[in-house]
Amino acid sequence: MRVSRSSLLWIGLFTVTWMLASYGKSMATAADMKWLIKYPNAWVFPLKDTISDMMRWLVEDAHFGLFTFTEATRALSWLIEQPYNFVRALFSDGFDRRIGRDAVQIVPPLSWIAVLAGVIALGHYAKDWVLAGIVGASFAYLAVFGQWESAMVTLASVMIAVPIGVGGGLMFGILAYRHPLFERLMTPVLDLMQTIPIFAYLVPILFMFGFGPVSALVATVIYAMPPMVRITTMALKAVDPEIKDFGVMTGCTTRQMTWRILVPAAQQSLMVGVNQVIMLSLNMVIIASMIGAGGLGFDVLSALRRLDIGGGFEAGIAIVILAIAIDRLSQAFAERSTMYVPTNSGTSFVARNPRTVIVGVILVIAMGLGQIIPFFQTYPEGQTLTTGAFWSDAVKYLNINYFDQFEAVKIFFLKGFMLPIKRFFLGVPWPWMIAMIVLIGWRFGGWKLALMNGLMAVFIVTTGLWAKAMITVYLCGASVIIASVIGIPFGVLAAVNKRAGRIIGVVIDTLQTLPSFVYLIPVVMLFRIGDFTAMIAIVLYALAPAVRYTEHGVGSVSADLIEAGVVSGCTRMQILTRIRLPLALPDILLGVNQTIMLALSMLVITALVGTRDLGQEVYIALTKADTGRGIVAGLGIAFIAIIADRVIPASARNARIRYGLEGGHD
Amino acid sequence: MTEQPKLACRNIWKLYGPDAESYLEKHPDPTLEDIRAAGLIPAVRDANIDIRDGEIFVIMGLSGSGKSTLVRCLSRLIEPTAGALEFHGQDLRAMSEREMIEIRRHKLGMVFQHFALLPHLTVLQNVAFPLTVQGQKKAAAEMRAREVINLVGLEGRETYYPRELSGGQQQRVGIARSLAVEPELWFLDEPFSALDPLIRREMQDEFLRLQGMLKKTIVFITHDFDEAIRLADRIAIMKDGAVIQVATPEELVLHPATDYVEEFTRHIPRAKVMSVGAIMERGAQGSGAGISQTAKIADIAAQVVAAQTPLAVADDRGQIVGAITREAVISVLVEQGT
Repeated sequence: MRVSRSSLLWIGLFTVTWMLASYGKSMATAADMKWLIKYPNAWVFPLKDTISDMMRWLVEDAHFGLFTFTEATRALSWLIEQPYNFVRALFSDGFDRRIGRDAVQIVPPLSWIAVLAGVIALGHYAKDWVLAGIVGASFAYLAVFGQWESAMVTLASVMIAVPIGVGGGLMFGILAYRHPLFERLMTPVLDLMQTIPIFAYLVPILFMFGFGPVSALVATVIYAMPPMVRITTMALKAVDPEIKDFGVMTGCTTRQMTWRILVPAAQQSLMVGVNQVIMLSLNMVIIASMIGAGGLGFDVLSALRRLDIGGGFEAGIAIVILAIAIDRLSQAFAERSTMYVPTNSGTSFVARNPRTVIVGVILVIAMGLGQIIPFFQTYPEGQTLTTGAFWSDAVKYLNINYFDQFEAVKIFFLKGFMLPIKRFFLGVPWPWMIAMIVLIGWRFGGWKLALMNGLMAVFIVTTGLWAKAMITVYLCGASVIIASVIGIPFGVLAAVNKRAGRIIGVVIDTLQTLPSFVYLIPVVMLFRIGDFTAMIAIVLYALAPAVRYTEHGVGSVSADLIEAGVVSGCTRMQILTRIRLPLALPDILLGVNQTIMLALSMLVITALVGTRDLGQEVYIALTKADTGRGIVAGLGIAFIAIIADRVIPASARNARIRYGLEGGHD
Repeated sequence: MTEQPKLACRNIWKLYGPDAESYLEKHPDPTLEDIRAAGLIPAVRDANIDIRDGEIFVIMGLSGSGKSTLVRCLSRLIEPTAGALEFHGQDLRAMSEREMIEIRRHKLGMVFQHFALLPHLTVLQNVAFPLTVQGQKKAAAEMRAREVINLVGLEGRETYYPRELSGGQQQRVGIARSLAVEPELWFLDEPFSALDPLIRREMQDEFLRLQGMLKKTIVFITHDFDEAIRLADRIAIMKDGAVIQVATPEELVLHPATDYVEEFTRHIPRAKVMSVGAIMERGAQGSGAGISQTAKIADIAAQVVAAQTPLAVADDRGQIVGAITREAVISVLVEQGT
């Protein structure tokens, strides 16, 4: 009976909240206590100004004895700039020498034919001709569709950002593995780095490193490194304890233990981290172009600003194709490292390295011919194809012929679904809402979680961001509901039906590799700016984990249990609803959790289409270079994310314990 | 025995839980119940064993009996909570990290249950690994590695990766690797438990063959009593973290210290562990040139039963010390059925 009593309590609390949301405002007005609904400006703690002042002090006045803070960042910036300039010159700009005012190109960039030959050889070296074909076709696409130069600039920045991200992540990860104290310090920092929207730290980076490729690289590394740190620590911990014992018994020193036993033994998991860093770096391409990275990202961004759907789409697809090529290549390298490769040592250099030699020869020929016939140096502009006009026309056609239908759909969702949710969140008095958040924290995670939830909620209120935070929660909530309603059934279908699973897998993979901005373009064209447009973009972006986790959860229910169901005479439907779904519930909850995280990270981007939430606050801060405002709003989003991220896994754990899938501590 | 043991372990304790050390200082000799009541987990309790030069010392116990923890305490893979360890008369527990590394590099070897091969290295590189860790040149290390690979019968597989070998072959690599540094003390932690029965038998033979050539001092862990009987010079039986009996296989079978030990020995054929000396008539006369008194009854049974008269028994020096009768042998053979 205890269960039903506590659920009665929760139903009761929810009803009260609903009543307050509907009538709270008029009640508060009647009682002359409007502060209950709207947190008074006079009570706001001016945290953002304090942070802005600190930042100014840091950049203008801070001294570390021998050098100033600015000098330190300049030095760092110089260090990053050198390899970047080199790689960029190699692939895109060529090497110049300044003579007076004129820059004279002394060495041209690598010929496109040579680069093409290089990546094909890499593909063949890493796996087989199929991969070589895929990679080659991808790069050929870039050339034929006129994206070559931008793509090479992007490639150059990825080639610099990835080694820094991987190396740094590995170092921090090893440190965290070796020193538990360091790990404890690191975990909350990583949590914050992964939940604060990227835009929030673009502003301070801009302050420290100025507008340009270095800022973009720093932002990319900060964004892409945290998973590498986590994966490194996790992978090292997961190394078979016998192998660790073996290391000790062989008399390895700490250094030998790390580099000769642990890191190689964890290699495969570590490669997952490398792959993550690559994918996240490519994800950052567009956002990084806001603070000075050129390349494909810049093309997308400027197309978006011009509302040039065709151009944006083309550059966006080019990013995707580049991402797919690099992703496949890096995965193949990861698998290759533990394959038996017969060595034919003893023969000549040419026989041992046929690919290197062929690529070398092609390089020399192409560069040589390039001096005489420009075709060999750069792909001729006249020969490029473009699909831009096609996309623009398609959208135009849809808009002209189906405007009313689109409008009807939009209004239907706005009125029937989104507005009620919005009114609910904006209507509930903030003290009551905080009490609810604390109570939920207490229910699922004990007093610690309750306290944390409370403090974070209070932070949001006292910095004067409550209304915007509630809009954020509403937008995110509405999107997550839609994403779950669509994603969970697809996940179930994918788990139950193999063929459907494969098709869904491909669609989801594609959705995940598309950079988030790309979603915005067609949606904006069809639905114009506003909350509904934002919601669709968020749903598209955040759908994947809902599908993935559901599929995994439903698919991994133990075969014994299903057989037990069949033997007791369950129909297929009963097996699904009585056995698979309840047991998959914890996984589904975690999927929803991930969906929320992705939705929150997409929110800032949707600020571009005119939402009025915390994301917009961050975006405005970026355009005004207002450090404090950006960081405070960023923290606000991070705190919402952290609350969701703590409460939902805690409830998933509750469910797992209830089903005996995990031991409790009672 | 006045001979100094190779490795002596005195009153070794390992308790898991908060403040285990101070608990042991305050309660010098707690019972199992005391420890559990204090919220600690007893892994090894007051273990005392001597490993003698050149013997195969088997530590036998069921899972959770603390045998793996004990062997890890012996090599200080796990730091014991209390107790003393003497290796060649040197206090092992007083050694610095640096000294331990030296000892492990040159004097100890270990074989693991799940082989613990490095997946990214070939067979040759795996075997050479301990030598390169010592700082040996690659060429010298690989030469020595080839020697041990031949010793365990894996020649021709040098360039394979562990994953491309069967379980038995993988463990041969593990054995070769642990032998590469010519250890004085060789630990084998359930080396054959992960193999299927036929292969296990084959590997036991292989192990006895190697030991016949190398004469190492061995600590062998197993949960399989048959394996223990088959391989051991002496066996230590563990239960709930404590060593309850240390004896030769024959003594264990003839004089089990507790009911628990007897339970293990019950199904063991007596003829396989009992030696001629145990049932001969001392001083009696017999025919023949003399059977060795250390021979196992199972090995000489056919010979004695076929003979018309009792056969003479000789000691190590070939001196006739007694005789063995047909009746005595038959009674041992018959008893094993019950």
